[in-house]
Amino acid sequence: MPQVHQDGPRVAVVAGCRSPFCKAGTVLKDVSAVDLARYTVVELVHRANLAGKEVDEIYFGQVVPSALVPNIAREVSLLPQFPATIPAASVNRACASANAAIVLGHDQIRLGHASVIIAGGAESLSDVPIQHSKRFSELLVGLSKAKNNRQRLRLLAGFRPKDLVPVSPAIAEPSTGETMGQSAEKMAKVNGISRRAQDEFALRSHQLAHAGAEDGRLVMEIAPFFPSSGEPITSDNGIRAKTSLDEMAKLKPVFDRRHGTVTAANASPLTDGAAAVLLMSEDAAKALGHEPLAFIRSYAVAALDPSDQLLMGPAYAVPRALDRAGIAWSDLGLVEMHEAFASQVLSNIQAFESAQWAEEKLGRSGAVGAVDWDTLNVMGGSIALGHPFGATGARITLTLANEMQRRGTQFGLISVCAQGGMGFAMVLERP
Amino acid sequence: MSAFTVRTEHGIGWLELDLPDEPVNKMTRGVREELGSWLDRLGADGDVRSIVLISRKPGSFIAGADIDEFLALRSRDEAHALVRSGQELVGRLGRLGKPVVAAIHGACLGGGLEAALACTYRIATDDAKTRIGLPEVQLGIIPAAGGCQRLPRLIGVRNALDMILAGKQLPARRAFRKGIVDEVVHPAILERVASETAERLAGGWRPKRRNIALAQLALDRNPLGRRVVYAAARKQLQKKTGGHYPAPAAALRAVEHGLKHGEDAGLDIEATLFAELAVGDVSRNLVRIFFATTALKKDWGIAGEPPAPKPVANIGVVGAGFMGAAIGGVAVSQGGVDVRLKDRDVASVGRGLAMARGVLRDRRKRGRISTYEYRRLEPLLSGSASWQGFRRADVVVEAVFEELAVKHAVLGELEQHVRDDCVIASNTSTIPIAQIAQVLSHPERMLGMHFFSPVEKMPLLEVIVTDKTAAWATVTAVAFGRELGKTVIVVRDEPGFWVNRILAPYLNEAGRLLEEGVTVEAIDRAMTRFGFPVGPVTLLDEVGLDVAQKASIVLFEAFGDRLKPTPGIERLIEDGRLGRKNGRGFYAYEQGKRRDVDQTAYEIIGAMPDSQVPREDVDARLVFAMLNEAARALDEHVIRTPRDGDIGAVFGIGFPAFRGGPLRYLSELGVRHAVETLEELAQKYGDRFAPCVRLTRMAAGDQSFYPRP
Repeated sequence: MPQVHQDGPRVAVVAGCRSPFCKAGTVLKDVSAVDLARYTVVELVHRANLAGKEVDEIYFGQVVPSALVPNIAREVSLLPQFPATIPAASVNRACASANAAIVLGHDQIRLGHASVIIAGGAESLSDVPIQHSKRFSELLVGLSKAKNNRQRLRLLAGFRPKDLVPVSPAIAEPSTGETMGQSAEKMAKVNGISRRAQDEFALRSHQLAHAGAEDGRLVMEIAPFFPSSGEPITSDNGIRAKTSLDEMAKLKPVFDRRHGTVTAANASPLTDGAAAVLLMSEDAAKALGHEPLAFIRSYAVAALDPSDQLLMGPAYAVPRALDRAGIAWSDLGLVEMHEAFASQVLSNIQAFESAQWAEEKLGRSGAVGAVDWDTLNVMGGSIALGHPFGATGARITLTLANEMQRRGTQFGLISVCAQGGMGFAMVLERP
Repeated sequence: MSAFTVRTEHGIGWLELDLPDEPVNKMTRGVREELGSWLDRLGADGDVRSIVLISRKPGSFIAGADIDEFLALRSRDEAHALVRSGQELVGRLGRLGKPVVAAIHGACLGGGLEAALACTYRIATDDAKTRIGLPEVQLGIIPAAGGCQRLPRLIGVRNALDMILAGKQLPARRAFRKGIVDEVVHPAILERVASETAERLAGGWRPKRRNIALAQLALDRNPLGRRVVYAAARKQLQKKTGGHYPAPAAALRAVEHGLKHGEDAGLDIEATLFAELAVGDVSRNLVRIFFATTALKKDWGIAGEPPAPKPVANIGVVGAGFMGAAIGGVAVSQGGVDVRLKDRDVASVGRGLAMARGVLRDRRKRGRISTYEYRRLEPLLSGSASWQGFRRADVVVEAVFEELAVKHAVLGELEQHVRDDCVIASNTSTIPIAQIAQVLSHPERMLGMHFFSPVEKMPLLEVIVTDKTAAWATVTAVAFGRELGKTVIVVRDEPGFWVNRILAPYLNEAGRLLEEGVTVEAIDRAMTRFGFPVGPVTLLDEVGLDVAQKASIVLFEAFGDRLKPTPGIERLIEDGRLGRKNGRGFYAYEQGKRRDVDQTAYEIIGAMPDSQVPREDVDARLVFAMLNEAARALDEHVIRTPRDGDIGAVFGIGFPAFRGGPLRYLSELGVRHAVETLEELAQKYGDRFAPCVRLTRMAAGDQSFYPRP
């Protein structure tokens, strides 16, 4: 295994905030991802008492960018709070995009290229780009190039009404055609994750999220959104405080009507939202008077064949990140796992805990670790809170860093599964 | 040193203007003389086939006439001679027999535009600094170097009147659309395009003017249609000026006469009307106010050498109510500063942000900012129910409920969350700043910033300083106020400050007259006749009866019986009449629209509208109540100079500008005459009219507030 270089300044997570996470098509449906990202960062600037000129670079993750705003990060760095001279890049590592943005920032600081970075992500799944059909686009391009009416007429003669039917993006693997849900369904079957276990996990997510919102720990991360008319939006709208196993049991499986177990209740919903964190070198944090929430100790990314178990990436990435951090699973005081599907979380946990799996897949003796349920997703996760693809990674980082500070936890772990068979893991540490 | 640099290149004569030692180019006597002789020379020079008139002064083509010259005019004849020579010079531009190109970058106003209009071709830069217009009427005069003749001939009567009568200034693109300029170019290529155009013009090419819209032509081209246009314009003018401002009507006459009887006759009447207006009181006072406003832009309101103002990039506003939100909106739209609104709860913050955005949206709707600028500026408005972000603030404006205890509680908390070099400003209209500052551990950073409602429209800002206010805080607040486009006067921390101090006796007197049975209409009409934009009773409704009463009580407590409020207003408030804001006041309101006087108001006051007070006394009581208090407050050094006081009254309460302000008006009436009037009023109506010490002293010494001309 290649040596991990540990010179270069430590990178601190200093602050962060996020928009309310709201189910697609609801209260944030008229707000574009750019606007979500921009207002979230404005709030971060205020909360961190930041002077715009202190920021060196901005990275943002987005999975389904608008055709009109291909580089969302640049629109963020062009906020009037910043000088126009802050470079910005947008990144896409699917559901781990915000994590990729954070990693980019981390690396720039470690390299000494930057000392203050804003990294985050945003997604509006109410506002996905709908495309014209291939034939219709060809017609339009052809018409614009046509030199005379005869050519135009000929092109128009080939037009069929069905060409007007738009193509909307599906959450399917381009390489296999398998949708996310079908993958989760497959994993449940292969790993023997029962409907009951999935529903119980989802219920836990809602209950813990509800508790976290009630006691203010989640709410303090939320930047209220002030729409141009109507009441401010101050909280996530996917958390079901009163749901029960009985209620969940009534739902029909979505992806396999006869033998399936994955339902709307034990999967994360399509969501609109944005989140951002403020990263600084340890020295910069000190110089600017910020008390770091946590430091980034290590991270790792892994990928597997998408035709295998698509969402098993974390099972590969996590041991790598732990190794790079030089710690064992048992050193972890808190774990934040992205909950795409209950079956995906439970499958990965099964892998973490299996010595056989470790030996077969990783070639190591002994399981990666045993999950302590008291320290896993202590304020729920994406099933309850929702999952704006581009933003989730920053939300998890922020929540973990905040909770580590509250509890005085020494080590915390993030794991995120992503489309394309990828997994992301990061270890945070204090002090 | 000469203003023009002239060179000839490839048959083109370049007239380059850069008036030495001045920030902008003006048509001074010297400039006119030089231009005249250069035109003679270039006209006679056989090598010169065409001419370019261009400025070498950054951001200024020709900003207009030299206004100092107007004030120095002693007689109508002098004014007439001045304007004739101007007309002759501008006319020569068109009679050279050689084409002239005006290459316009920066302000092209008044005489500058009139010169450009006489040129063969006009090119303007697409730059924010380029403004094109004839603002003469705003100084009580008319464009008299052919502007009233050439503009309507170029762009049609309706468009021309639109520009001239309101003294409008247009950005280059709009001027192009109206047909005033022939071409709009990027500043980088202005010279090249001017040179190429001069070349083509020398070769005999002439621009084809674009057709003005057909409808316009239909009305403009026939005498009958024009008559309709004139009549409509006249009617509108009467409504707008109340007959107090003669210049727009004169300009209208000059345009009409010229189109009817030809350009020469038009120039004759331009000269005659200009001469009359330029030496008249209205223009004199408007010019003085213009100068006073200009002088105030350089006056930091402190004795001695002012320290440098601290840059203001971020502000906090505490209290996201009506005033706080409006201040936030104006700070973003005018000043481009980052505004953090804070209120008790998120819902209040949300309402405040919506109102503040409204200010911005309104500017977009009016075309003052583009959609892109709107999108850039909008994120500068944010808000919170917590103090987060206040450490960034360079200035915090407090606009919470007008109650000392509330303000103390808020400021005590606030000071824990701001930097030590943050200026804390209260937007109170009544509470003494020093009292508010008591809770601060750094009272030297506290002052008042008294904005007037509606903030986006009212041009005045009172900056109120206490004995403890530090100079750096004062200059920072003054500079910030100017950034918001306000005319700023620095006022001492006395009850009511300046504007409300002189307003109180005036409004009280209106209340008294009502109780004595004078009708609402009679009172309001008296003061609009005097030249106020609205009468005092309307003003009460607009400001809010409760707000006015609150101020009134503060002043009564400070100054006693002289400023005793009338009980009638109190009764109206008890009846739930707060004015326009709750749709019930002296007037009735329907869906926000004002209707007639609400007759039931008289009953509540306990008055029968059957007054015996003579009309002259109504006028005198209202006006002199204010004048007397103005002199008294000046004597108590509430304001630093009569100039500040007059500007405050004109911009803060709409004291008739053509009268120059209360102290100027007193001077013009003659202090002795004013004292006599006050003594009469005191005898007839009570001691409150007794002339103040300052006035009697001045009358005895035959003094005036301003040096006599």
